[in-house]
Amino acid sequence: MPRLNAARKHTIDFTLNGKAVSAEAENRMLLSDLLRHEIGLTGTHVGCEHGVCGACTVQIDGKPARACLTLAQQVRGSDVRTVEALAPDPAVLSPLQAAFRRHHGLQCGFCTPGILMSLDALLREQPDAGREDIREHLSGHLCRCTGYATIVEAALAAAEEQRKEETPNA
Amino acid sequence: MTRLEMTGALVGRTVERVEDAGLLTGRGRYIDDLPVRRDTAHMAILRSPHGHAGIRAIDTTAARALPGVFAVMTGEDVARLTRSMTVGVKANVECWPIARDRVRYVGEPVALVVAENRYVAEDALDLIDVDYETFNAVVDPEKALAADAPVLHPSLGSNLINERTFRYGNPEAALAEAAHRISIRIAYPRNSCTPIETYGVIAEYEPGEDAYDVTANFQGPFSIHAVISRALNVPGNRMRLRTPPDSGGSFGIKQGVFPYVILAAVAARVSGRPVKWIEDRLEHLTASVSATNRVTTLEAAVAADGRITALSWDQLEDCGAHLRAPEPATLYRMHGNMTGAYAIENVAIRNRVVLTNKTPTGLNRGFGGPQIYFALERLIHKIADELGLDRLDVIRRNLVPANAFPYRTATGGLLDSGDYQTALDRACAEGGLEALRQRRDAARAEGRLYGIGYAAVVEPSVSNMGYITTLLTPEERAKAGPKNGAQAVATVAIDPLGSVNVKVASVPQGQGHRTVLAQVVAERLGLAMEAVRVNTELDTARDAWSIASGNYASRFAPAVAGAAALAADRIRSKLATIAAGQLNITADRIDFRAGKLVDRDNPDNAVSFGRVAAASHWAPSTLPEGTGQTIRETVFWTPDQLQAPTAADGINSSLCHGFIFDFCGVEIDRATGQISIDRYVTMHDCGRILHPGMVDGQVRGGFAQAVGAALYEEYAYGGDGSFLTGTLADYLIPTVMETPEPLILHHETPSPFTPLGAKGVGEGNCMSTPVCIANAVADALGVEDIRLPLSPSRVSEWLYGEERPRTAPQNAAPVATGASGERMLTGSGSAEVTATRQSVWAMLLDPNTLKAIIPGAHEVRKVSDTHFRAEVTLGIGPVKGRYRADIRLSDMVEPEAVTLSGGTEGALGSGCGTGRVTLTETATGTRIDYRYEAAIGGKVASVGGRLLDGAARVVIGQFFQALARHAGGGGPPSAAAGLIQRLVALFRRRR
Repeated sequence: MPRLNAARKHTIDFTLNGKAVSAEAENRMLLSDLLRHEIGLTGTHVGCEHGVCGACTVQIDGKPARACLTLAQQVRGSDVRTVEALAPDPAVLSPLQAAFRRHHGLQCGFCTPGILMSLDALLREQPDAGREDIREHLSGHLCRCTGYATIVEAALAAAEEQRKEETPNA
Repeated sequence: MTRLEMTGALVGRTVERVEDAGLLTGRGRYIDDLPVRRDTAHMAILRSPHGHAGIRAIDTTAARALPGVFAVMTGEDVARLTRSMTVGVKANVECWPIARDRVRYVGEPVALVVAENRYVAEDALDLIDVDYETFNAVVDPEKALAADAPVLHPSLGSNLINERTFRYGNPEAALAEAAHRISIRIAYPRNSCTPIETYGVIAEYEPGEDAYDVTANFQGPFSIHAVISRALNVPGNRMRLRTPPDSGGSFGIKQGVFPYVILAAVAARVSGRPVKWIEDRLEHLTASVSATNRVTTLEAAVAADGRITALSWDQLEDCGAHLRAPEPATLYRMHGNMTGAYAIENVAIRNRVVLTNKTPTGLNRGFGGPQIYFALERLIHKIADELGLDRLDVIRRNLVPANAFPYRTATGGLLDSGDYQTALDRACAEGGLEALRQRRDAARAEGRLYGIGYAAVVEPSVSNMGYITTLLTPEERAKAGPKNGAQAVATVAIDPLGSVNVKVASVPQGQGHRTVLAQVVAERLGLAMEAVRVNTELDTARDAWSIASGNYASRFAPAVAGAAALAADRIRSKLATIAAGQLNITADRIDFRAGKLVDRDNPDNAVSFGRVAAASHWAPSTLPEGTGQTIRETVFWTPDQLQAPTAADGINSSLCHGFIFDFCGVEIDRATGQISIDRYVTMHDCGRILHPGMVDGQVRGGFAQAVGAALYEEYAYGGDGSFLTGTLADYLIPTVMETPEPLILHHETPSPFTPLGAKGVGEGNCMSTPVCIANAVADALGVEDIRLPLSPSRVSEWLYGEERPRTAPQNAAPVATGASGERMLTGSGSAEVTATRQSVWAMLLDPNTLKAIIPGAHEVRKVSDTHFRAEVTLGIGPVKGRYRADIRLSDMVEPEAVTLSGGTEGALGSGCGTGRVTLTETATGTRIDYRYEAAIGGKVASVGGRLLDGAARVVIGQFFQALARHAGGGGPPSAAAGLIQRLVALFRRRR
């Protein structure tokens, strides 16, 4: 990590959703602000700025992380993934996203991107995740609209679908 | 339900939402995502750290000088360009969106900064110097009425801002004649359904036209638009208000963004550029809006069989520091249904509204329902218990009979439809009440704490815009002119290619309005849902709207969707006439099916929808005589049933009245006091269901918020007005782990008063669930005075009594957490130094010395000979904060004695204290004696008292140690060390 100077901006080179990005930011700028207001990817939402609500969750090197508790400078050289990267194609939803739509796993949609990023990481690392695993990972997120049940159902359906796809002969 | 799932029908089916693809892929357009002009600046708000204080002076010089700052404004600057916001009652009181000479709640705006970005704007806030004179605060509504209570608004003379009494039937006689009079007193706490997206505003000002253009994630009601325009001193057409395409939840709360619309609008005018403000979470919890807290005494006249003949309500409503529009609406929203689901003919009501040093209240899901049903349904349980009757029987005996609808309540409400008995019986049977009772009995047989609770409530929806005028006397109303109705508006338009656009003034925040409207309109026009596109953004300069527009009072399904159906029907009727001419049949034989207008008796005789629909654009002269255009139909719909209050104060406050019957089983952990909801059954009659998936989504969402209100959530205040739940780590919102899955049942009795037969459904569980859980807890514990939230510590108090103080008294100065909520500290000590009295005296008056000896001081400034200001950083345990200290000297007897009094304030809390220092000549120099008392308030005071007391002693000790070191300067090191050791020893002894 180079020595940083509070009085000026520094260049941050990192990978964002599979593409190399170079951005300029002050030391104190949050990753959430860099993504949203400097780069313009507004899919990552900010709900509390103190790490409780989980709306800002992104993946840094594959792991879910709170963008509001991460300084932009901390992602130098990292691989950052946001909700904008989940769908394989702009007109096609990922299996997890499609399950959310099918099971009404969202209402206002504000907390949803963070939840998707957590569950996406869970289902990748733990393809056999069951209800309790999903609930545990979801417990790092606050949703004020749904009462959570439909989110759990959506995640279970997506996990099931993913398992079927991976073992087509089973 | 099968009726709703007919082939070809769209309404009543759980279709996928059209909103979701964008929201799931990060393409939502919430307010903070919208593009803004390149010269847009950002606003930050300096807020009061005090619950109640006078503003002596505000110094903004340093903030203005900071590079990147465009404007700094105080309350006086804002007041010069605006007028006080309209207050809903007749009272000599002003209501400003920013404090002027006095702050009345923690978080009240005090100054605004507009800067190139939010980071710089917040830097500038730190440079604003406010000189406060703190006053006593009052946060308890009953104490606020005491004769010696601090008065928030001197012009008002007291804190009581409105009082009215009402009488329906003959309640006095019913109470006098009753076999039993049974009453209950409850205090309902403050909470908020706080959405995950906070407030946001983007404002512009066009000086050439003296016009404002503001985009805000406001939710309505748009009657507030009039309040904003008046405050900004412009006609309504120069206050353009728009809403973004998406909004991240509201639950009523985003009604409360309107004072910030005014502030951002003025900030844009002053700074000469667009101004954007996004509220942060700390601001939101501290200073947005919440539900009211209310103290209620409810008495019932009861016959021997449990039949209630009269209710007497005494409600004391706490609306916080200002009565902001539309308050005191929370108190009057339920006025037509103060008898709940019961047929009770005599009612007396005394309503008082009081102001306290808390954040002003506003809309919140359930709006008035949780407060009244908590009293009413707790009372029903109590009546059954006192009379030795079965609780469910008492509910049954009092329900409005199924053959009585539409039923006029004593207070003037008109219950539209229902079959409460059948709904209740079905809930008990299908929800497994008998099995639950056996479960309770089995648990109790094992010595476990288990209880069952019930709640039967009426869920009002589609508010009568005139209900708030019930608080005026009939004479005042006659003078002011009647207010009533609930205008809903929808536009259906056909474009030149024959596709359909729908526009409504509904402003959803996640409820799926676009989907349901596409279902409703597509079904009526015989189209696929995809052929209909819905826009729910609102622009007051361009769209059809009225004061009732917006998304509140659960009005979408009954009112807005109904208006869209009526607009679609108008177009349909005209299109049928056109097609009839083309098909050479009469219009009544035309069916709309699969994109075609079809001769019902000869399906081959058909014409495509697009062809008929586009005729108005391409060939208007071919339309039959008298058809008019088919391009656009706008329907304004208001129901006749919503009339102004009668001369006898009768008011039908809502158009629709759904019914809910809930029951639940809870178990309480005897060791920890933790409550777990074992089973929850909720039966709803919300009339005709338009989208079953969304209805259940509303029920589950409301239920989860109600579980939070029952078990975890409270906007807690210290006695000094400090706000104690300013983060989501303090204000506990249920996660998935704390949210059980309720069994949801439906019993549909369509409303005869709405176009689609639908009633509202969004708020019901916020009304029924808190009291249902409370009743179950009362059943488990046998405790009458159940207070929310039912935290483990509170439940433990009921189980084991209050926590006792430690048996062995601590060898320390007494620490009292006074009624004020502040922690009091006292102490004394002395030190011997080699310097003369005169030189010690001089040190105490010298800013440079003070800077050296005040622990953590960055800067000490001499304001006058007897007034100093210091900036200090103090760490108390893990909590490190920057504080601003104000020190004044008084009772000076040079060089013998001086009193230092001062206060300190920072984001984490505040402290104040006085210390008397006396200097006595000794043989070797001077003895410094001191005694002090200090009070610490705010968030830091709630963090951990013992830690804080110790830390405060250390800090005060360090000050005198440093003074002694300074005064003994030049002495041999060993002597100095000895002195410090003596001082430390002294402190230990004094503790």
